[in-house]
Amino acid sequence: MLQLKNIELVLNGKQILHDLNLETRTGEIHSILGANGTGKSTLASVILGLSGYREIAGKIIYCGEDITNLSISERARRGITMAWQEPARFEGLRVAEYLNLGQRHAPGASLSPRECLMKVGLTPENYLARAVDSTLSGGERKRIELASVLAMKPKLAILDEADSGIDALSIDYVVEVIRTFSRNGTTVLLITHHEEVAEIADRASSLCGGTILKTGDPVAVARFFRNHCQECLHINMPAEGEQSNDTVFA
Amino acid sequence: MIQFSHEFEALAKAYEASGGDASALLDKESASLVVSHNKILAKNEIAGVHIEGGETPTGAKAKITVEPGTLIKKPVHLCFGVIPKEGIQEIISQFDIGEGSRVTFLAHCSFPNAVKVKHTMDARIYVGKRAEMTYSETHYHGEFGGTEVLPIVKMIVDEGGSLKNEFKLVHGTVGCLRIDYEADVRKDAVCEIDAKAYGKKDDRISVKESLFLNGENARGLAKSRIVSADRCQSEVIGEAVGNAPFARGHVDCVEIIKGKEARASAIPRLVVIDDCAKLTHEAAIGSVDKKQVETLMARGLTEDEAIDVVVKGMLR
Repeated sequence: MLQLKNIELVLNGKQILHDLNLETRTGEIHSILGANGTGKSTLASVILGLSGYREIAGKIIYCGEDITNLSISERARRGITMAWQEPARFEGLRVAEYLNLGQRHAPGASLSPRECLMKVGLTPENYLARAVDSTLSGGERKRIELASVLAMKPKLAILDEADSGIDALSIDYVVEVIRTFSRNGTTVLLITHHEEVAEIADRASSLCGGTILKTGDPVAVARFFRNHCQECLHINMPAEGEQSNDTVFA
Repeated sequence: MIQFSHEFEALAKAYEASGGDASALLDKESASLVVSHNKILAKNEIAGVHIEGGETPTGAKAKITVEPGTLIKKPVHLCFGVIPKEGIQEIISQFDIGEGSRVTFLAHCSFPNAVKVKHTMDARIYVGKRAEMTYSETHYHGEFGGTEVLPIVKMIVDEGGSLKNEFKLVHGTVGCLRIDYEADVRKDAVCEIDAKAYGKKDDRISVKESLFLNGENARGLAKSRIVSADRCQSEVIGEAVGNAPFARGHVDCVEIIKGKEARASAIPRLVVIDDCAKLTHEAAIGSVDKKQVETLMARGLTEDEAIDVVVKGMLR
């Protein structure tokens, strides 16, 4: 589905992503596990083609097509979208309108804005007419962001720290939404630094120092992350003896 | 069957184009005043709302009184406009909102064919003690940009009263817009002034909003949302004066420029006279926020579509 080949990104003279290789499979939930500052959100920005993250070396192949030079809109119309870690707020734009926007270019979208809100645990009557502005709490805004991605029924959903800033009682909704994506055939790239969330994935990759160190079973990758990446004992190379039968890039 | 003058029909049509419901101008249960150029075409009073109107050589005078203690269920409709290409319309108005009353005004000003039109509004608003007033004015202009719009409004919000004053000019090309609003906000009173404008071509937009928080615990918000496209130039002066204990005021200005030749400036002015007053301001000027645009592009919109959504939302 998505292949990142030898991605290099330098920002302000600093190497942020280095020889990064990653492959996701259609319909899987694929966690990207990494500590703060290891390049997780940068990776998401590169895949989506955000401004400032377009000047990369390497290739992004999506469903067999090289999309490295496509705009954000072109990528979105091919089915790639993202739920931001800190979603933007829009004065005067109602939640219902925001959820509908993504459906214009998503012929496969079938859930109504009302259904999408219910999926993320928000009561439609209380939210559809509200603006996507600063009157929403951080948690509400993040759940609406998830709902808007759900409304698009994308082929690839990048969820950047979808679990952060959400109260403990609502995490179950987030986890269930992630599973709903997968059931609907959407591939999920789940960016997180929470091991427990990463472990709901089918596969996981550990990102450290701007490169993928290990890909494979989420529990094994989480263990690897716990033992080697949380304190960032190494930057770009896995510790000796950590090579396993799982696919390892870099 | 009611016979309408051609002028009334033309104004009603423009009224609808600006978002108004023209049938409300004929509703006998809604107070209303319709002024075309310097002619009062229609006037309707209801229980609790009195309208005294008079024509002048260059416009009209109107005194609107809401009796104390009355709650006006349906909005009072005001319709002003100049249909020909040229003309002057000077409106001198006075609003006297009685103690404890509640009323909403919907005003629409239409200049669909203006090539050389001057429209001035010299208004005095008095909101009585514990009264609530909302005044919402929407403008509709053609594409010739030949209008000079000069609203000058002096407001007094008396003890415990509430006034929300909204001005919106987002349809068509105005030419020149100079807003000058000034509010005297008294003890426990609340005043919100909100101006929204979309300037295009060679428009000149100037907004001055002043809040004088003169009473203890007075609250005020001066808000402006301006978009300057093409070669439009805009300037916003947001002023708040904290002149009493525990007065709170906020000046909130956002100006977006679209196009390399557009210009925008913002000047906040906060003056604290009482040491228990507190004033704040925020201003953002520049292009549309990149993150907002990219978020919408990630939903499949083109960059232009995304900017349009952001701007329309802000000016709503």
